[in-house]
Amino acid sequence: MTHYKMLDGNTAAVEAMKMARVKLISAYPITPQSTIAEKLSEIVEAGELAAAYIRVESEHTAMSCAIGAQLTGIRTATATASVGLALMHEVLNVASGCRVPIVMPVVNRSLASPWSLWCDHQDSMAERDSGWIQLYCENVQDVYDTVLMSYRIAEHPEVLTPVMVCLDGFFLSHSMQKLEILKQEQVDQFVGEYCVNNLKLDPADPMVIDNLTGSDEITEMKYQQAAGFERSRSVMNEVFEEYAIMTGRKKAVVEGYRTEGADAVVVTLGSMSGTAKYVVDQMREQGKKVGAVKIVSFRPFPYNELKEMLKGVGRVAVIDRTTGFGGQGAPLWLEVKTALGSNVIINDYIAGLAGRDIHTGTIQAVFENLMNSREEAEKPVWIDCDIENAMNIREVERYV
Amino acid sequence: MQIQQEKHTKKLQKCKVYGPCAIDFVSSNTGSWRIERPVIEYDNCIKCGTCKRYCPADLITVDKEKRECITIDLNYCKGCGICANECPMECIEMVEERGTN
Repeated sequence: MTHYKMLDGNTAAVEAMKMARVKLISAYPITPQSTIAEKLSEIVEAGELAAAYIRVESEHTAMSCAIGAQLTGIRTATATASVGLALMHEVLNVASGCRVPIVMPVVNRSLASPWSLWCDHQDSMAERDSGWIQLYCENVQDVYDTVLMSYRIAEHPEVLTPVMVCLDGFFLSHSMQKLEILKQEQVDQFVGEYCVNNLKLDPADPMVIDNLTGSDEITEMKYQQAAGFERSRSVMNEVFEEYAIMTGRKKAVVEGYRTEGADAVVVTLGSMSGTAKYVVDQMREQGKKVGAVKIVSFRPFPYNELKEMLKGVGRVAVIDRTTGFGGQGAPLWLEVKTALGSNVIINDYIAGLAGRDIHTGTIQAVFENLMNSREEAEKPVWIDCDIENAMNIREVERYV
Repeated sequence: MQIQQEKHTKKLQKCKVYGPCAIDFVSSNTGSWRIERPVIEYDNCIKCGTCKRYCPADLITVDKEKRECITIDLNYCKGCGICANECPMECIEMVEERGTN
């Protein structure tokens, strides 16, 4: 019998980590991730999860502890957000470079400054070259499913690459939704025991890990990581397929919605994708040929699948929930543009920064702007920005 | 029989791994980096052991029984000169490696 629960995104992530039987947790609370750290500590305290909980003093240490512990041969858990992820930056690269397949929920929140608690993708986008796979979630069910599937992807012997499961702060982390929870036996069978046989810390068989390595080997080691990313593409598809047989929910690295025969398509990441689909439905009813595309795997980027999906589409709008200062476009646009080439009008729209809602009106404005574009916009369009007053929003009194 | 089994399970096997690691615990000969070498003039040495205490690589041993009481492990001495700077009797001189014996 199917078992449903009402959970918010953070609790869904905790539920998945618990069912994957993590053995060690080292987490430092930060809004909007805090309830993950708290709930994990509660279930350890209550004896619902046989795990050690290390109270660390920073995110840098949280990741360092997770790496060290996982290298002894156990599955570990941590999670973070925003500046916490930025503080992890150094050790994120250690995890990926030492091929430690940690799965970490990242609750997307804006990066300082200005200080903000609310959602955008600046934090995870700043880590897009840290050697981690990045999967973005649309809803709470997606968070639960993605965390479970990520263990299989990360720990695959030919992938051995850590995974960030990105969920939008507050929009997902704190909103309650109904979701299906698997049986423990199903998860045990699907995720399995942790049995990664790569670098290992064992006093009976000592090994120094992450020693100073010369230029005669590092290029090859980076190539190994690149090969892990390439292999992860097919592993993801296999894992998605297997999970679909068990649950009936089929995930893909990129998911199209009513893209058949579409003239214009909007490309999204994360929780805004649901709104985009809703707007597409409304506009299709009005006879407009529009569609939506959700990028699930930003790293590795599904360029072949995207190219195939958008064959014949003349206009593409990319919504970037981040700024990409000084570039021709923000990170998502750069990837889409590289994948699709120059025979398509691809506009970049900056929206939803620091918790500003990407509501139906935003998506409609994006479509309207796109369909009225005679040629590709030269630079990103700040679609929900009050450009006329942007330079005058604060005034102070000063002694002169 | 028992011993044979133990031998069998402890047999070394080559395993391919990804990422940076090492299982040979040998230190490299950092003495080869040295440009200047500490040379001790024992006439003024009071065997106080200050050089030993300050050596950042802990390479100096002091044997107070002997006149030439200081031994410096030149395999690892990088020639930083801290011992020469700290010696209260100024009896350690840094001598260029090249062109001297």
